[in-house]
Amino acid sequence: MKIAMRLAVALSAATFLTACGGGESSENDTTGEKAEAFNRDPYPSTYSPYPSGAVLLQNATVYDGVGNVFENYDVLLEGGNIAGLGEDLDAGDDVEVIDASGKFVTPGIIDNHSHLGVYPSPGVSAHQDGNEISGPVTAEVWAEHGVWPQDPGFTRALAGGVTSMQILPGSANLFGGRGVTLKNVLSRTVQGMKFPDAPYTLKMACGENPKRVYGYGGGRFPGGAPYSRMGNVAGYRNSWIEAKAYQEKWNAWEADGGDMPTRNLELDTLSGVLEGDILVHMHCYRADEMAQVIDMSEEFGYDVTSFHHAVESYKIADLLAEKNICSSMWADWWGFKMEAYDGIRENIPLVHQAGACAIVHSDSDIGIQRLNQEAAKALADGRRAGIEISDADAWTWLSANPAKSLGIFDQTGSLEIGKDADVVLWNGDPFSSYSNAERVYIDGALMFDLEKPDFTPVTDFELGQPGEGDLK
Amino acid sequence: MIFKFAAIAASTSLLCASALAQNLAIQNATLFDGETVRENATLVIRDGTVVAWADADQLPSGLETIDAEGAWVTPGIFSAFSQIGIVEVGAEDSTNDTSAGQSGFGAALDLSDGFNPRATSIDITRIEGVTRMAVAPSLGASLFGGQGFIATTTGEPGSVIDRRAFTFINLGEAGASVSGGSRPAAWATLRAAFGDARAFPTRYLAHSEGDALGRMDAEAFTRAARGDQLMLIAVSRESDIREVISLKKTMSNLQIVLVGAQEGWMAADELAEANIPVIIDPYDNLPSSFAQLGATQQNAARLIDAGVTTAFAHLDSSSHQARLVLQSAGNAVGSGVDHTDALRAITSVPAEIFGIDGAGRLTAGGLGDLVIWDGDPLEVRSAPVRIFIDGVEQPLESRQTKLRDRYLTIDESERPSAYKR
Repeated sequence: MKIAMRLAVALSAATFLTACGGGESSENDTTGEKAEAFNRDPYPSTYSPYPSGAVLLQNATVYDGVGNVFENYDVLLEGGNIAGLGEDLDAGDDVEVIDASGKFVTPGIIDNHSHLGVYPSPGVSAHQDGNEISGPVTAEVWAEHGVWPQDPGFTRALAGGVTSMQILPGSANLFGGRGVTLKNVLSRTVQGMKFPDAPYTLKMACGENPKRVYGYGGGRFPGGAPYSRMGNVAGYRNSWIEAKAYQEKWNAWEADGGDMPTRNLELDTLSGVLEGDILVHMHCYRADEMAQVIDMSEEFGYDVTSFHHAVESYKIADLLAEKNICSSMWADWWGFKMEAYDGIRENIPLVHQAGACAIVHSDSDIGIQRLNQEAAKALADGRRAGIEISDADAWTWLSANPAKSLGIFDQTGSLEIGKDADVVLWNGDPFSSYSNAERVYIDGALMFDLEKPDFTPVTDFELGQPGEGDLK
Repeated sequence: MIFKFAAIAASTSLLCASALAQNLAIQNATLFDGETVRENATLVIRDGTVVAWADADQLPSGLETIDAEGAWVTPGIFSAFSQIGIVEVGAEDSTNDTSAGQSGFGAALDLSDGFNPRATSIDITRIEGVTRMAVAPSLGASLFGGQGFIATTTGEPGSVIDRRAFTFINLGEAGASVSGGSRPAAWATLRAAFGDARAFPTRYLAHSEGDALGRMDAEAFTRAARGDQLMLIAVSRESDIREVISLKKTMSNLQIVLVGAQEGWMAADELAEANIPVIIDPYDNLPSSFAQLGATQQNAARLIDAGVTTAFAHLDSSSHQARLVLQSAGNAVGSGVDHTDALRAITSVPAEIFGIDGAGRLTAGGLGDLVIWDGDPLEVRSAPVRIFIDGVEQPLESRQTKLRDRYLTIDESERPSAYKR
C-alpha cells in the first residue's frame, strides 16, 4: 500500500513538472493528468481476463491462503473475482456448479522466482536470455525483454497450479536487472502476460556467482571486479552512491527546473528502488551476507523485500523477522556449491516459526510444477522437529506471502471476496504426492482442466512436434 | 592360493557382519517385500539376512521384537543412478570426482577410486531411506565416463560392495558434443571402441593405441563389450534409443541399460522385446533439449505397461538429491503408475538390473536392508523412523540434522551458537 502511494506521488510530481514546461512551477497544478517527464511504463500490460461464466465450487476443503481452512465450503467465482465464500451458497441461474466434495480449493500458487521465458525449453544456445553478463551492474536490463512467451514451461507450471509468477534475470550480476510479474495466461506477447499494475522489481545477487563470473570471467584471471565478496559489496555501494546523486539531480530539476537531466537506464532503476517504487529481490544464500546487505540497505535508505534461496535464513530468522524481510526458499536443495552447503530441510518452518515471512520458490522449470509438494515436505520436516504449523498456515508460503513480496496482494494471493479469481481445484489433498491440479482458473476463466485436452494449452513450439498435446 | 585367500577374507567379513547384525523380528508391518504388499506381516532378520517366517505366534527366542503397529516396512531404497560419495560440493572442483574431462583415460576410470564413505551426502541420503546405490560418472561429461560401482550407505570403510559394476557411456547430444561434434562421430567412436575392446589384447601386442581406445581403456571396456558386464548408456531421443536397440540386435549378448530415455515410451514395445531395462526420472516432462521433445510424465506408466524393466532415479541432481527418488516415485503414481510398481522401481527392480543378490527385497534370503516408515513411503510427508543395513541399525543423524538442532532455538545469551552441539 505504501509502495502504491509513493508511486502515485512520484508520478504526479513528474507529471506536474513536465506540464509546466520543464521548470516553471505552478502550485495548483497537481491533477496528475498531464504527461510525465518520461514514461515510466513504456511496455504496459495488455493483459485482460478472458471471458468467464459464474462457477460454484461446491463442498470443498478450502484453504483461503491467509491461514484458515474450511470444510464443506463453497467458493463462487463471478465476474473474474472471488464473489462468495461460505457454506451452502446459493447457485443462481447460469452458475456452473462443480461438485468438489473430497477435493480441495486453494488460491493459485505464485512463484516469485522463475526463469521461464528467459531460460526456456529447449535450453539451446539461442535461448540463453536470462543473464546480461556483459558487466557486473546491469540494472538497465529488463527481464521482460528476454521472455519468450512460447516457452512450454509455462504450460507445465499451469498444470502445477501456478497462476502468477515473477520472472527474474539470473544471478551472475551484482545488479541483474528488473524482474517482471506475469499472469500465467499464454499470450503472443509478453505484454499480454504482464500482471496489470504490478510494481517493478530489481534482481540483485550476493556471493559466489558475481565474483565467479567477473573475477574469473572469460577464462581470464583476474577477469575484473568483483573478484571477492569485498568487491561485491563495494560494487553495490558504488552504484547506490551514483543512484543517490542521480536521484538528487532529478529532485533538484523537479524543484528548480532548468535543463532536464540526461536519463540513465541503469540509474532509473536504482533510483526507483530508493524512491520505494521498485522492490528488491536479492539472491543471497549465507546468513552473514544477508546481515551485511541489511546494513547496506539501511546505509542507503531502501528496503530488501525478499532474500532468494536464503539457504541459511534459519540462522538469522530472528533478524529477518525484526527487519520484516521475506525469504524465498527451496524445501531441501543443498550442496551444489559452497554457499548452499549448510542447507537443511527445516529452513522454511524455522523461518515461519520465528515470525518472519516464508515463501516457497522454485528457480526451476521442474520445481515450479510441484511447489505444493515442496511446502508439504517442509511442513512435515518441521513437525518432526517439533515445529507445529497448520496445513492452512503453510499455504501462506505459496500464495499470500509471494503475492506480498511482489506488491500484488491487493489483487491476488488469497481467497477473499473481491480479489482476482486465481483459484485451483485439486483432486485431492494438495500436500500429497499423488494429487494433481484438476482445474486452474485465472481471473475466473478456466485455463487448465486435467480432464479436458482442449484445456491443455500447447505452445507454438510444441505444435507439430513429438508429443504435441500429450498429457504431460 | 589366491582362491584360498579370498575364501578366508569372505568368512572374516561374514563373522564381522554377524557380530554386528541384530537378530530381530518386526511384527504387524504393512510389508512391501519387494514384490507385493502384505498387511500384518512379520519379518525375521537373522545374521543380517531375512529368514522366512510365517507364524508370528511362534517366533524363536532371543530376538529383539519390534511392533510396527501397522507402519510401512520396505526394503531399503536402491538408488539406481547417483554420484553420492564422489563429490562433496558440486561447484568445488577439488571436491568433485564425478568427471575428468582433462584425463587421457575414459573407460578405465574406476569411480570407486574416488569414493569417500565419509562424504556428508551419504548420511543425508541414508536417513531418507536409501540403503544401496549405484554410483556413476556424471551425465554428459564424456563419451566413456568410466566404471561405476555399487555401495551401501553405511558410510563405513569397505561399503563398496561391487567395484567396476558397469561401464557408463553417454550417447545422444552429450555423446556427440564430446566425441567430435556429431552423433555419427559418437557412433563411429563407439563402434571403433567395440572393435578395440573385443580384439584386446591381440590388437595391442605391437603398440598401445587402438582405433579409439588406448590400452588401458580397451582393457577396461573388454568385459562390457563382450557382454560380461553391464553397460549403462545415457540417451534421450527416440531415434537414438532405436539405434541402441539395433546395436543390441547385432551384438545380442550385450547387457545394455538405458539412462534417461525420456522418449522411451515411443519405442516401449521394442525396448521390452529387446530386453533392455531403463532408468528414468519420472519428472522429465519438458522439451529441455531437442532430444526430448516427447518427454512426458506418462513415460513411466507407458514403459511399465509395455513390460519394460523400469527403475526410477532422480537424475536432475543425482549427486546431492538422489534421495528425492521417493518423491519422483510418488509423482509417478500421480501420473498413472501402480503404487506397488513404483515401489518396485526404487527397490527390487534396480537391484535386479545391477544383479545385487538379495538387495531390494525382504523375502527369504534377502539382505537385511529395511526401513520402517512413519507413513506411506511415497508420500512427501513421510520419513523413515528406523533404518537397517545388513541387519545393522543405522543412525538417523547427518550434518544437516546437527545444523538443525543447533539452530532450532537461537539463544546466545550465555555463549555463541558455536558452543552448542
